[in-house]
Amino acid sequence: MPAEILGLYNYWIVIVLMMAGLYVVIASHNLVKKIVGLNIFQTSVFILYISMGEVEGGTAPILAEGIPRYANPLPHVLILTAIVVGVATTALGLALVVRIHQAYNSVEEDEIEKAEDSQP
Amino acid sequence: MIGAHLPALQVVVPLIAAPVCVLLRRPRLAWGLATLINWICFGVATALLARVLTEGSISYPLGGWAAPWGIEYRVDVVNAFVLVIVAGVSALVVLFARASVEKEIPAERIYLFYTLWLLCVTGLLGMAVTGDAFNLFVFLEISSLSSYALISLGPERRALTAAYRYLVMGTIGATFILIGIGLLYMMTGTLNMMDLARHLPAVAGTRTVIVAFGFLTVGISLKIALFPLHSWLPNAYTYAPSAVSALLAATATKVGVYMLLRFFFTIVGPYFSFEVMAEGGLLIAIALLATVFGSVVAIFQDNIKSMLAYSSIAQIGYMVLGISLVSVTGLTAGIVHLFNHALIKAGLFMAVGCLAFRLRAVTLQEIAGIGRYMPWTMAAFVVGGLSLIGVPLTVGFISKWYLVLGALERSWWPVAGIILFTSLLAVVYIWRVVEAAYFRTAPNRGHPTRFQEAPWSMLVPTWVVILANVYFGISPSFPIDIAQRAAQALLSPLP
Repeated sequence: MPAEILGLYNYWIVIVLMMAGLYVVIASHNLVKKIVGLNIFQTSVFILYISMGEVEGGTAPILAEGIPRYANPLPHVLILTAIVVGVATTALGLALVVRIHQAYNSVEEDEIEKAEDSQP
Repeated sequence: MIGAHLPALQVVVPLIAAPVCVLLRRPRLAWGLATLINWICFGVATALLARVLTEGSISYPLGGWAAPWGIEYRVDVVNAFVLVIVAGVSALVVLFARASVEKEIPAERIYLFYTLWLLCVTGLLGMAVTGDAFNLFVFLEISSLSSYALISLGPERRALTAAYRYLVMGTIGATFILIGIGLLYMMTGTLNMMDLARHLPAVAGTRTVIVAFGFLTVGISLKIALFPLHSWLPNAYTYAPSAVSALLAATATKVGVYMLLRFFFTIVGPYFSFEVMAEGGLLIAIALLATVFGSVVAIFQDNIKSMLAYSSIAQIGYMVLGISLVSVTGLTAGIVHLFNHALIKAGLFMAVGCLAFRLRAVTLQEIAGIGRYMPWTMAAFVVGGLSLIGVPLTVGFISKWYLVLGALERSWWPVAGIILFTSLLAVVYIWRVVEAAYFRTAPNRGHPTRFQEAPWSMLVPTWVVILANVYFGISPSFPIDIAQRAAQALLSPLP
């Protein structure tokens, strides 16, 4: 039982990161911190995909003499795409935060809401 | 020769046109290119639909790599219909966009606006055409990222916070879908939708598949703004530029609903979705709550765009309701409402866009007495509104008819009752606009231009959509025939 729990430790890391990221997105009132939380949340999924490519006793997926077992490269390639998407999302999110800062002079959610209520 | 490559062209043409748009820089040139490309897309989509209807589904191996290893584009009746809806609405709204965008967006940013527009359409068409689950995620992100940016171009500063909120919620939704797809891959070792459908029954009972199904359901529900995951939608539609509201309201959520159909029926299969997971009861409850909540909140909105946005939440409820009846009639109602609601909301948001072209704000106070000065715009709004309510001779009636039929088939009288009740709520909120526009006296208007009708380049596309509402309401056989075939295809077991 302990071996089963410890043996799957990368999935535990996935769960911890995912929950931490989601918590920051929900609980933080700072727009930049929310983007950071979103990033952590996405990173956990990257690790999930990379972990599932693992083959027991396999090496890196390189075609060479004397390597009979290797990890499944497809999830790695997929996640490369997802990383690019994550970078684009972060960039767009931060760009929006910059524009929000110009328009409201704040990146705190409660101050922005106050400004919206007083002067739409 | 070209005919064989239509599924790829559907996506590649707007994708390549988008960077060309950046190079053109001149606002009118960029608009011209976007219009041309959108109409080409519409042509391709209709050609695909015509072929699918006569020859059956098309499988297109991208780059010649055979499925399930390569990415397969697979067009059947369901997604060919969605392609036509997306491309058709986009082609009409882009005509409307020229004058509207020149008014709402600074001239030096207009070429970027049309670049984003083309990318957004690429993503939406790609989601519909692809037969590969991971490819679907990539296109989902292309369309989402470009729509966040499109919304942030809105004239008020609130557009920025609306876009930011949509970005956070949308990314969570898309990541949930990514997790779901990953878990399915873990159990089956394939990403091709047809291949997934073949391999899943063997592992259907496992916890991984059940968790995957949960993640997919929540992720897609976030994307289609199904109550109670709708909080991003009202502000996003309210503060986006008028043309963007019309495009997104008519297409983005429709493609999301298509995604729901694909995952629930084709990939996981109706048996697992609705009998093993008992998703039907849950979805029906949520869908009914969505229709009531959306309609009631819409009544209390003073901003007309925001009113239509809440009404959209209710309409998504109708679609999900039809789908979760899991019968041919119910699915037909859901799919035909995809088409009908695209026509209704595109028409209404375009009419509101015409109002926004002349007025400072599209609130009930501002439009007081406007019926006298903008008769064509308001007439379009009234016809669209009647269609939204579901008055006979409009498309809205057809959807409601099939929806009620589907509910009665299962002898669920309360469900049918709620559908009729929420239609009455729609009468209330549409009436508030009609009352303000026709029966209140106009306040002293400052600028003489504000007395005028919107330019014809905006009115003509609006009226084309509005007349389509009436045309397909009087002779609905075309969309209903396709929706029925699509419903049968989704419910029948795989070959």
